[in-house]
Parts: sequence; C-alpha cells; structure tokens
Amino acid sequence: MSNPASPMVDWSDWRPTIDALRREFPILDRKVHGDKPLIYLDNAATAQKPKAVLEVLNRFYTESNANVHRGIHCLAEEATEAYEASRKTVASWLGAPSEKAIVFTRGTTEAINLVAHGWGNKFLKPGDRILVTEMEHHSNLIPWQMLARRTGAVLDWIPVTGDGVLDLSRLDEQLASTRMVSLTHMSNVLGTVNPVRDVVARAHAHGALVLVDAAQSAPHSLVDLNELDCDFLAFSGHKLMGPTGVGVLYGRPELLEAMDPFLGGGEMISKVTWQDATWADIPYKFEAGTPPIAEVIGLGAAVRFLQSLDWKVFHAYSDALTRYAIAQLESIDGLVVHGKAPDRGGAISFSIRDLHPHDLAHFLDQDGLAIRAGHMCAQPLIHQLGHSALTRASLYLYNLPEEVDALVRGILRVKEFFHRVLG
Amino acid sequence: MSGPAPSIDADIRELVEEMRLLEDWQFRYEFIIELGQALPEFPEEWKTPDHEIQGCQSQVWVYPEFKDGRIYLRGTSDSLIVRGLVALLLKVYSGRTPGEILSHPPDFITEMGLDKHLLSTRSNGLNALIKRIFQTAEAAKA
Repeated sequence: MSNPASPMVDWSDWRPTIDALRREFPILDRKVHGDKPLIYLDNAATAQKPKAVLEVLNRFYTESNANVHRGIHCLAEEATEAYEASRKTVASWLGAPSEKAIVFTRGTTEAINLVAHGWGNKFLKPGDRILVTEMEHHSNLIPWQMLARRTGAVLDWIPVTGDGVLDLSRLDEQLASTRMVSLTHMSNVLGTVNPVRDVVARAHAHGALVLVDAAQSAPHSLVDLNELDCDFLAFSGHKLMGPTGVGVLYGRPELLEAMDPFLGGGEMISKVTWQDATWADIPYKFEAGTPPIAEVIGLGAAVRFLQSLDWKVFHAYSDALTRYAIAQLESIDGLVVHGKAPDRGGAISFSIRDLHPHDLAHFLDQDGLAIRAGHMCAQPLIHQLGHSALTRASLYLYNLPEEVDALVRGILRVKEFFHRVLG
Repeated sequence: MSGPAPSIDADIRELVEEMRLLEDWQFRYEFIIELGQALPEFPEEWKTPDHEIQGCQSQVWVYPEFKDGRIYLRGTSDSLIVRGLVALLLKVYSGRTPGEILSHPPDFITEMGLDKHLLSTRSNGLNALIKRIFQTAEAAKA
C-alpha cells in the first residue's frame, strides 16, 4: 500500500537484526483462530518472553528449586546465589549506588504501594502535597489517593496539554508544599516520554522527593539512575520480557533505611519476641515472605538479555517503526492518534470516528491482531481526551513494518464492514 | 403489543436457528449488529449510575421494570457488537416472568456459535448485564 504522507523507510539494514531477535521468541510463530499468524501489538500490556528467560525458569525448577536465605543445603545455596545475582544484575543495569537499593516486589503496583505505605504513612502530615500527573496509570494514582485519605495530605496533578505533554508552567508553584512527586517516565496511553530529569531537579530544589514509574520506559532501556537522579523508581518484570509476578523498587538507601516495612512476615525480621520485632536490614526489610524466586531469577535473565542488545540499533529502529506506524494510522480517514509528544515511545492510542474500540478490537482479533481496547487503566486521562475508551497498538523491538501494515489493512476492513452493515 | 408473545423456548429456538443458518462469522455479527440497531432508543435521562454497567472496554445501560408479574427490560451499549448482544439478551429475557428467566440460563449464546469469551469477560459489561437480569428476576420472585 503506498501512502504519500508516510515516510519512506528503508528497513533492509535492520532486517537481519530484527529477524534474529524474533527467532528468540517462540510465541511469535503462533497461529490463532485456526490459521491466522499472531500479530502481537499489545506490548505495553505485557511483552513476550525470549528463550533465554524461558530456559532459566525451566532450569531453576528442574535443577535448583529451593527457598532462599534459609537452608544450608546445596540447592538452597544455589537458589540464594541466583536470586542475589539477579539483584546485582538489576543494580548495575540501573546504575544504582548499591544492590541494597534494589527491592524485589510483585510488580510496579506493589512497589508504588510500598512507598506510599512505608514512606507516606510515616512522614506525611495533613496538608502536605503529593504531586502526580494527569497521565498516570491507575497504579500511580490510586496508592496516592489512598495515602492522602489516610494522612490528610493533598493530591495535586501536573496538567497535560492537548498534545499529550506535561504542562510544567506552574510546576514551581505546585511544588511549594509538595513532599512527593510521582510521575510516569513514559505514558502507557500517550507514549509521551516525560522530562524526568528536569522535574527531579526542580522538585529537589523544593525539597520534594521523586518517584518514577518506569513500567513503560524500562523495557526500552531508558532508565539510568545517574541521569534521572530520582529517589525511587519502580518497574515490572513482565513488560521487559521477564516473568509476571515480579518487579523492582529502587530507593535511595538512606530513604529505604528510614522507612517502615510494608508487609510483615518471614525473612524481613531481625529479632522476634511475642510482643515485638525488629527489622532486617534493607532490602530484606521489604521482602516479607518467600519471594517469587524463579521470577526474580527470570527477571535477571531478561535484564541480561536486554543488556546484550545493541541499543543504538534498537532505539533507532523503535523510533522509525513508531513514526511509521503513526503516519500509516493517521492516513486512515477519521482516525486520530492521541499523543503528539516529540519524544515518545511505541504505545499508540487512537480513536476512530463512529467505530467503538471494543468493536474494532474484537474484529481485529479474528484476523490474529492482538491490540488493546478500553480505558488502559487511565480512566481520568481517557475521559479528559473526551472518550470512555480508546484503542491502543503498542510496539516492541520484535515488531515489523508488515505487522503495522496488517493492522492498517485490518482497520480498513473493519471500517468497511461497519459502513456496509450500517449502510 | 398484540397477541400472545411466543414462549421463551420458542424465541430461543428461533434465534439459534437463524444464527446457525449464517455460516460465516461476519454474517453472524452482521445479524447481531442489526438486532442492536433495531433496539428502541434508550432515553438519555435513563443513563444514570443506577442503570449503568461499566466495563473496561464498553458500557452497558439497562432499565428494568417489573409490571403485571413480568420483567420488562430496555438496554443499550456504546459498542455496536455489545448493543447487538444486549438486544439478543433482551429478545430472550424481556417480557418474561421471573420463573421463566431463572430457568433459562444464557447457554444459547454458545449454541449460536458466538464467542463464549464475549460473555465470560468482565471487560464489556455483558456478563454483569446477565447477572443484573437474573438478580432482578430473583428479587421480583421473592
């Protein structure tokens, strides 16, 4: 299909690299609904897993399964070593000052809740301000709403402009009594990459802490703590090719030391009597109960896989593919892409005149196209954009321009179908 | 309405037959969507939180009335496929006695060759609509 408005891109230089990458993901060979090749464009929801991760999970359960940090037997030592090796891998990948700063959680959501409880319950006073943005995922909104309700703190929002970028014109004013700023690094709806470093510098100047929700940016290897300079950072394993059920909270060690534990139970204690307990050192103070051991080890494998990629190539390819997809989608009559930030990732949300996202997604699925329809866990933002639901195609490193073309053809077919039926 | 309405069993049989005649899934959805288009207008003033069923992808509204021993249902959705399925469910369940409703679970959806997933997911509100219809029937019976 030729489209004069779309950029002419020569993909041939990238092709061998992307084809080689695709061979690492067995699921990409799947057929759905009989004989339809799977076209997976729901990567902002969760990414597919490379063999390197699948094999590590299998090997752990086949050869080394044991609980960690207890037992003195061979398997327990192997499991503990592999578990702690993942912490080292994550710490060095993020550029953390110490592996003590890396807490394993169940995911981004738990990591943010951990800070809202462990830090917020202890240090927030009535009238203190918590600042989020209007483009937050519910996971980075509701824990702060709940904290505000518990403590009498006040929740405030950095506005989002019509183009889907943060309006920072009133930021200094908003920071006046703010103790915590919590913002997404990359929007799961608009794709926008936020100027985190700038926000952090201004927040620190006002004595506020900053938590970065890196759920969407970490998979694109955009997280460098030395550059971001944030106080907390959270992300999930499953969006960066790792297992579900595991995530990471990075916290400045001195803040983690000062915070209260979130959950109580095994592993997080130092001494326990009938009446009382003292806590283990960080990070163990925050890892109550048996952790998701295999998942943590799998996450380590996913991070090592990401580290093995040539990001100069993959960042250029991702940018080109995102730009191509937006241009192709916008060539469809009645289609509007929401999010025009110059610096953006591959989560592309759009609406189409007279075509409901549910109806579109349902029919595209019949063609093997996996996309997302709904409020994308960001109801206030979607409503602000004037919709109750949007459709989202989200790209990852293994997606191909042909898959974007198939999406565009699929959308045109669905449009024709409804046009015919509704006459 | 004139004349006695056909029984719930006869209506279900007829709908299942009609759907089975449509071999291609596209035609089945076309049929469903047309059913939805034929629904009487759902007045805007009825779209209150009481009558709203919020799914994460689409919204459903339902307005039940219990009159002369029967439950009358009006409904709609912002999604055309879901509105069609709402119409299908109302064709079966509206104007029935609570006993008729309660003795006819919506198994006919799968017999029609429609995606089971459409009703089992909580994302489009249909599952909750069925629950609401059955709760209304339970309450009316009590």
